[in-house]
Amino acid sequence: MNGLHDMGGMQCFGPVVPEPGEPVFHARWERRALALTVAMGAAGAWNIDRSRHARERIEPARYLSSSYYEIWIAGLETLLAEAGLATAAEIAAGKPSAPGKPVRKVEGASAMAAVLAKGGPADRPPVGAPKFRPGDAVRTRNLNPPGHTRLPRYARDKDGVVETVAGFHVFPDSNAHGSGEAPQWLYTVRFDAAELFGGEADHQVHVDCWESYLEAR
Amino acid sequence: MTKNHGEDSHSHLDEMEVRVRALESLLVEKGYVDPATLDEIVETYEKKIGPKNGARVVARAWSDPDYLARLRKDGTAAIAELGYGGRQGEHIRIVENTDKVHNLVVCTLCSCYPWSVLGLPPVWYKSAPYRSRAVSEPRAVLAEFGVELPADTTIRVWDSTAELRYLVVPRRPGGAEGWSEERLAALVTRDSMIGTGLAIVPGQGA
Repeated sequence: MNGLHDMGGMQCFGPVVPEPGEPVFHARWERRALALTVAMGAAGAWNIDRSRHARERIEPARYLSSSYYEIWIAGLETLLAEAGLATAAEIAAGKPSAPGKPVRKVEGASAMAAVLAKGGPADRPPVGAPKFRPGDAVRTRNLNPPGHTRLPRYARDKDGVVETVAGFHVFPDSNAHGSGEAPQWLYTVRFDAAELFGGEADHQVHVDCWESYLEAR
Repeated sequence: MTKNHGEDSHSHLDEMEVRVRALESLLVEKGYVDPATLDEIVETYEKKIGPKNGARVVARAWSDPDYLARLRKDGTAAIAELGYGGRQGEHIRIVENTDKVHNLVVCTLCSCYPWSVLGLPPVWYKSAPYRSRAVSEPRAVLAEFGVELPADTTIRVWDSTAELRYLVVPRRPGGAEGWSEERLAALVTRDSMIGTGLAIVPGQGA
């Protein structure tokens, strides 16, 4: 989706302003926003790709005028409604009008520590051999899917070189839409900045690309 | 995303406080979450996991060539030797700074960050200015952090578009020869492991 979340190469946002001595959270509600998002993720009604897509579908003007954890809360509300776990009216009222639906798992506090320590690896047992090898010249496809994708706009239809074969990973473009994990070979691809942005930029940018984002050149 | 927290009006903050409290109470009443579990998650990311983890990894990499070799071969496994892993650290790759190469990590699409070794990302990392410009004008971004690199240093930017998470191993500063890993770790700042900073030079402060 060509949304506002895809910010690489935009020029209108001004300088980066680090906050000296920044705390982990800036308000109580931010702590709970993080915790609710992580805990509901562990409940198993959706996956991380779907939750990222719920955030990037927020209407652009609202996305830009919201703080980070406001976006998380808006995304969580979308996911709850779409999964049928809470209605918009219940969310607005903060009160249930019907009992909860079964979820895969409600983790207790001690079990959650183990869940966080284990994480959720995205690699899967490989099927078939990778099409590309390190050093191969590739070109990214000019993809503009209406749904979730992890190929940023600035890196589409560009020449690069495969730097590493990074594993066989769940494909977010499929997994975000309930179409299965559809794992693919994943590559770290190196691009010259001049190829991406023109001009005299002399740095390199590495983008992790699934095999279906790439073609040989 | 452009908004600074300090600029939020109190009424807006109060509104979010109310909205999130209402959501929590709804999800607890529905039986989807346990409040004690929420406390555990907050405690983990506010108190237990943070850049001190990554600093230990870097200090060991500086001190122990065998460890550095393992870190290069399989970052995730070598980091697990120190007890760090799990959520948003499932697949970690280290990238090393040298006298000719400087690495900088970003997530242009959202906020991917190696939680297991650095904790939760700072606001600037998730902000529109950083996400937009780190890939296109890294030298200008570095200058905003007070980092000036020689003209012949190659900058390599890593955009975290998949589930790989990048940890920068900054250059070991001079003046710390023979230091213990613990003392070395104190030189390793969070920003030096993202690439927006350098390790502290002994005697020069942060």
